[in-house]
Formats: sequence, structure tokens, C-alpha cells
Amino acid sequence: MTGTFALLRLALRRDRILLPAWILGLAAMVSISVSATKDLYPTEALRIGASSAINATAALVGLYGRIYDPTSIGALSLIKMTAFGAALVAIVFVFVVVRHTRTEEESGRLELLSAGVVGRSAPLAAGLLAGIGGSAALGLLTALGLVGVGLPISGSIAFGLSWMLSGAVFSAIAAVAAQVTTSHRSAVGISVAVIGLSYVLRAVGDLAANGPSFLSWLSPIGWSQQLRPFAGNRWVVVALPLLLTGLLIPLAFALRARRDLGAGLIPDRPGPDRGVLGSTRALAWRVQRSTVIAWLVGCMALGGILGSAAHNVTGLLVSPQMQKYIQLLGGTQGLIKAFLAAEIAIMASVIAAFAISATLRLRSDEVSGYSELLLATSTSRIRLAMNGFAIAVFGSAAVLLGTGIAIGLANGLASGDPIGQIGALLAAAAVQVPAIWVMASITLALFGWVPRATNAAWATLVAFVVVGEFGPLWKLPQWVLDLSPFAHSPRLPGGSVSAVPLIWLTAVAVALAAVGLLGWTRRDLQP
Amino acid sequence: MNNVVELSGVTKRFGRVTALAGLDLMISAGEVHAFLGPNGSGKTTTLRLILGLLRADSGRLSVLDLDPWTDSTELHRRLAYVPGDVALWPNLSGGEAIDLLARLRGGLDNKRRDELITRFELDPTKKGRSYSKGNRQKVALISALASDVELYLLDEPTSGLDPLMEAAFRECVNELRARGRTVLLSSHILSEAEALCDRVSIIRSGVVVESGTMVELRHLTRTTVNARLARTPAELDTLPGIHSLQVTLQGVSAQVDDTAMDAFISKIAEFGVLALESHPPTLEDLFLRHYSTDTA
Repeated sequence: MTGTFALLRLALRRDRILLPAWILGLAAMVSISVSATKDLYPTEALRIGASSAINATAALVGLYGRIYDPTSIGALSLIKMTAFGAALVAIVFVFVVVRHTRTEEESGRLELLSAGVVGRSAPLAAGLLAGIGGSAALGLLTALGLVGVGLPISGSIAFGLSWMLSGAVFSAIAAVAAQVTTSHRSAVGISVAVIGLSYVLRAVGDLAANGPSFLSWLSPIGWSQQLRPFAGNRWVVVALPLLLTGLLIPLAFALRARRDLGAGLIPDRPGPDRGVLGSTRALAWRVQRSTVIAWLVGCMALGGILGSAAHNVTGLLVSPQMQKYIQLLGGTQGLIKAFLAAEIAIMASVIAAFAISATLRLRSDEVSGYSELLLATSTSRIRLAMNGFAIAVFGSAAVLLGTGIAIGLANGLASGDPIGQIGALLAAAAVQVPAIWVMASITLALFGWVPRATNAAWATLVAFVVVGEFGPLWKLPQWVLDLSPFAHSPRLPGGSVSAVPLIWLTAVAVALAAVGLLGWTRRDLQP
Repeated sequence: MNNVVELSGVTKRFGRVTALAGLDLMISAGEVHAFLGPNGSGKTTTLRLILGLLRADSGRLSVLDLDPWTDSTELHRRLAYVPGDVALWPNLSGGEAIDLLARLRGGLDNKRRDELITRFELDPTKKGRSYSKGNRQKVALISALASDVELYLLDEPTSGLDPLMEAAFRECVNELRARGRTVLLSSHILSEAEALCDRVSIIRSGVVVESGTMVELRHLTRTTVNARLARTPAELDTLPGIHSLQVTLQGVSAQVDDTAMDAFISKIAEFGVLALESHPPTLEDLFLRHYSTDTA
């Protein structure tokens, strides 16, 4: 462990802008939401009405969970922040931990550091400290913010703890994943898959007739909800994430002690001595195919779980008051359709992350020197970029359509109309595709003109998702809400389709991609 | 087409840093040309400009009679490039990378590829992530040498190779020369350039400060003379063209301009020459003169 402190200082130095920005941003989101909700529902009667409407709407329970105390202003205003927020926190700290462990090892920088007076476990310890310490800082700041806007102290502490523990559990999961795989991409991929699974487990558990069922208790994100901040504050639940973190951290260190620097758990097998790859298109597919397949399988599995939960939806209590709420969601022909439409929309923003990360390959290939090798052959810049971009464009469409098929099949098998449901959900998925393409094209445009800031594509995705979720609550002007491509996607099944937004979104995507390619052919290679 | 590479007055800035400040470089067909300079002097930037990976701010560039920025694809069919720091795809084997790069260049001579793999003692079945720096370099080198092109651009090609492999590399370069191919290799290893190259260009702070054959460059420099004399010499410091003069009881050592050689030898002969040794300037001398004398 010698050198842990020095490495931690290095990590904090490198993250001096990103980490505080995330922590402040997330903490601010919470306080702003509470202030906005307070104005919206000043009386207890209004709060009970809103809470029971949410609790009776399957789409909302599936996405955000239940409100366990309808009278509580804290529980109502933070409904979107409990599970959804805990997942966001988890993603942030997965990135932090992997960035300072496996990424450093893979790049070879850790080799340089490890030759210094640095213990074998020090980099892992430093990464974990950055992740868990950051989670603790976020939890503390969030709790202070909640007390600051006038919520009860005990509930504020419980909410801060729920976020902190989500960050800590997933920091530990990321630390284990970083020991198992040799590439940082796989480590992030595994960790994010666990986040996705946790989210869906609690969604299905929360939707159960007398929910939450045991499935919610299998999910670390479920634990954050079951702590029930501002709705009883069940402190005992804290033991579950603490226990899991306490088990995973020694596991990560034990795995680290068993392997060499740079190695994973599975040793490399020799490859062919002759290659069949003859084009950059074949190369792009070869390099990204396992990622595409993993996304397809993962999203189809999530879709299958959510689709099969859909027929439970009508089991929830329905009152006339809620019908208004359901209509606001965009689905007008019944609860199931509204639920499915909401699911497809959320999957579209998740799959946009794939489209962005596949496009970002162009940048990482440029930085690591692969592009230099390839561009010194007869490969043109346009072709190189188009081949990488094609994976993002067609891959994201395939993953989303596959998810639609999985949701349709699972829901259709439960309702006895598989063919009809698959058709309906395939259409619902298809109309979301242009918005995803806009995200990929934004990434390409950044790559072409401001290569060093290509990662800002992630910030645009987060901004669009946050604005989409909280914009109406925060009373943002309509033009801000309209900036997000996802705001223009038709909501199917149940809504109406107009070709106009789809044509516009596709045109914007094509234009941004063309702009990006133009910049790329005109600029220097910037490794 | 006499000059394969013609750069004149090329400048390149990165933000406020000037990487190249009016660089001239001529390489004629069929020559092995060494591009010498210390770290950060602009060697790699020049190579990337020749490849059209970077765009020059001003100046004229012509490579194989093409403009490297506008005609880069066509140009790249006729050249092969080995970067100084080779990155290989972690999950492709060395053999796959060799074949892919050669095919993208336009073709692969399988017999020559296998022969090169044997000669460089490379295991092509290992995955990119498990190669050492030297082996990654071998992969790129084998792929380049297995392509039959007009111009080979090699950025510090031997920096990761062991002495045996360096010998194999020299053999390959001599074969390319015999087949009339043009080679531009950058290096800061002077003995390598001396042993391999027909012509040398020395770059410093983004400008070529010296260019020519080894013989031409030697004219610019001083011969080192050490003499053991019967008597202690006097008045040597009055002669022009004598540098670093050191007079001892036993003799003298000095660096002498070629034009001052006759006068210097006549003068020391007066003191009874017992032993005389002189050697022509090595590239080390050239280098030291350019990089250590006026460090401003």
C-alpha cells in the first residue's frame, strides 16, 4: 500500500475539474428539484394526490420506484432522484475507479509509476479511495443541500447515505471488474451492465403486485430506495451495501495479488499467424464486434425482463385522477402502452451511450496511434472515419431494434399476441433511431472540429437526459427542452406518428456528420 | 523525377510552439537519407507532413511529385511508413496486423513476408498487447518491408531493436538501396546513419542546418590532430584556423580547419614530430558542433 497517498493525490489532481463538477452538479440537481416540487405541491392533499398517482402508474413505478410516504415532500420530490439518481451516481464512480486503475494499467503509465516506491496494491487502493471518498463527499454535500432547502435532517442524511452507498458499492464492483479484464472498456462495460441489471431487477420487483418483491432486495439500487429517505428512514438497510462493499473490496485486492501487472485473469491465447482482414471496414467490425454483440445481448435481456413485467401493469390501482397523468406521458391507449413507450424511450437514451462510445473510438484510435498507421496506407480519412461511424450508426439501430423485438416478444408471450406485439414494438423502436443518430453525429462533429473535446459528447447526452427528466419540473423554457433530440421522437406504442420530426432529426444527423467529416479531412492528426 | 522528396520553406506551428521554421529537405531517388536531430527537433513532425497527416502552415511540399496533403491516398500507395512508436491492436495477432497493413498499402508479397519474419525472429501468433516495444516495431517494419514501394519512411526504426536485429535491419536497407528504392530514416543514433546512409540532413529547432553527403559535410568541419613532439612548441596560437589548442611538454593536440592544415603541419614539423595521429570528423563531431556550441 506504500504510495497510495501519492497516487490518490495524482488521481485528484487529474480529476480536479471533472469530479467536483459532477459532485456539485448532482448535489445541485437534488436541491433544485426539492425547491421546485415544494412550489408545485404546497399542501399535503396535493402531495397525496400526486404521490398516489405516481404509485399507480406502472411506467413511473418501473422507471423511478414507489413513494413510500405520500404525505412527505421529500419522498415525492426526490422520487426521480432515488433509483435514477443512484444509478447516475453509480455510473460516475464506475468511470472514476476504472479510470484510475485499469485505464492507467492498460496505457502503460502505471508501469512507470509502479517502478517507483509504490506498493502493488497502491493503485487499486488509490482508485477505490477516489471512488468511495468522492461518493462520501457527494453524499455529505447532498445531505447538506437538502437540509439547506428545509427538509428534515434525518431524511436528508438517509438520502445522502443512499447515494453515497450506491457510489461505494459500484466503486467496489468496478474495482473487481478492473482486475478481471485487461481492457478498461470491458471493465466499464461489465460494471455498467451490473448497474443496468440492478436497475431492471428493482423495476420488476417494484412493479410486483404487493411490491416491492424480493427482486428489489437483490439490487444495490433497490437498497438505495429501500433505505426509504423521508419515508421512515430504515437505517438497518445500510448494512446491505456496507456488507457487499466490505466483501468486494478484499476480493479486488485478492485478485490483484494473484495477477501480473497488465494481465487479467484469463491469459492470452495465441492468434493466427496470417490475417484475413483486408480492409478498414473489416477491421472496424473486428475491433468493435464484441462490444456490439454485448450491447445487443444485454439490451435484449433488459428488454425481455421489462417486457414481461408489462402485463402486471394493469394490476396497479387506477383512479380517474391518474388517467390525466397517464395521458401526459404520451400514451393514450392504456397503461401497458404508456409503460412500453416509456421503456423504449429510456432504452433509446441508454443506447445513445453506445452510439457515442462507438463514435468516440475514432478519437481514441487517433490518440493511441492506430489511425496514424492506417492513414499512412492508401486508406483515406473519409473512409477511415466512415467505417468507424458506420458501426455507431448501424450498431445502435440494430441494438435498439433488437431491444424492441425482445420487449415485444416478452410482452406478446405474456399477452398471447407475440407477432402483433413484436411489430408494434419494432415500430416503437424504429422511430427512436434518428434521435440516437443525432447523438452519434454530434460526437462526430466534435471529433472533426475540436478533437481534444470529443468527450464533451457525454456531457451533451447527460444534459439532454437531465433536461428531459427534470426540465418541466424546473420550469425551463420550451426551447431548452426542444434542444434535446429525444424530445422530438414520437412516443410509440400508443402515441401518434408524424414523419416530420423523423425527417428533421435524420437531416440534422446527416448535416452534423457531414460537418464533422469536413473538419476531420481539414485538420491535423492530433495524437 | 529526380527528387523524391522536396520540401522548401516549410513551417508548422502547434498553437504558440513553432515546430518547423522554414525547413528545406531534398531527397533524390535511390538514396538512403538520414534525418538526424535530437529529441523534439521536428523529425517526426516532418515525417507526418511528408505523409500528409499534418498540414503545413506555409512552404512547398512535393513527395513523389504529389502534394502530400491533397493527394495523400494516391501517395500512400507508393510509400511505406513505420512510426517511431508503433501501436498495435491489442486483440489482433502480429501476423494479422502485418497482413492488414500491407494489404491496405496495396499488396503483400507472401514469400518476402515469411522470409522477413524468419529474419527478424518474430512470433506472428502473439497478440498485439503482449508484444514488447521492439517487437511491435518489428511488426510494422516487416509489414513495410514486405510491400514493394518506391519510398520507405522509417521513424527511428532501430530504437527498440537489439544489436542482432539492427544488423538484420541494415541488411534490409542495403537490399532496398540495391533495388533502387528511396529510404528516409530518422535517427539520433549517429553510427547508424554513418554506416547506412548516402546523405544526411541535420535538423535543429525545426530548421535543417546541414545537408549533404558524408564527404561534403566533412569539408565543413575540422580534423583532429594529435602530435607527439621532440620540443615544446611555441607560437602555434598565432596561426589562423586552429581550435581547442592544447600544448603540453610532450606535444600538441588541436582541431584544425581543412584550409589551415598545411600551415599547421609545417609549423609543428619545426619542433620535431615523433608521432602523428589525425582523424576525420565523426558525425558526433558534427552533432556536437551543432547542438552544443551555440545553445542559445
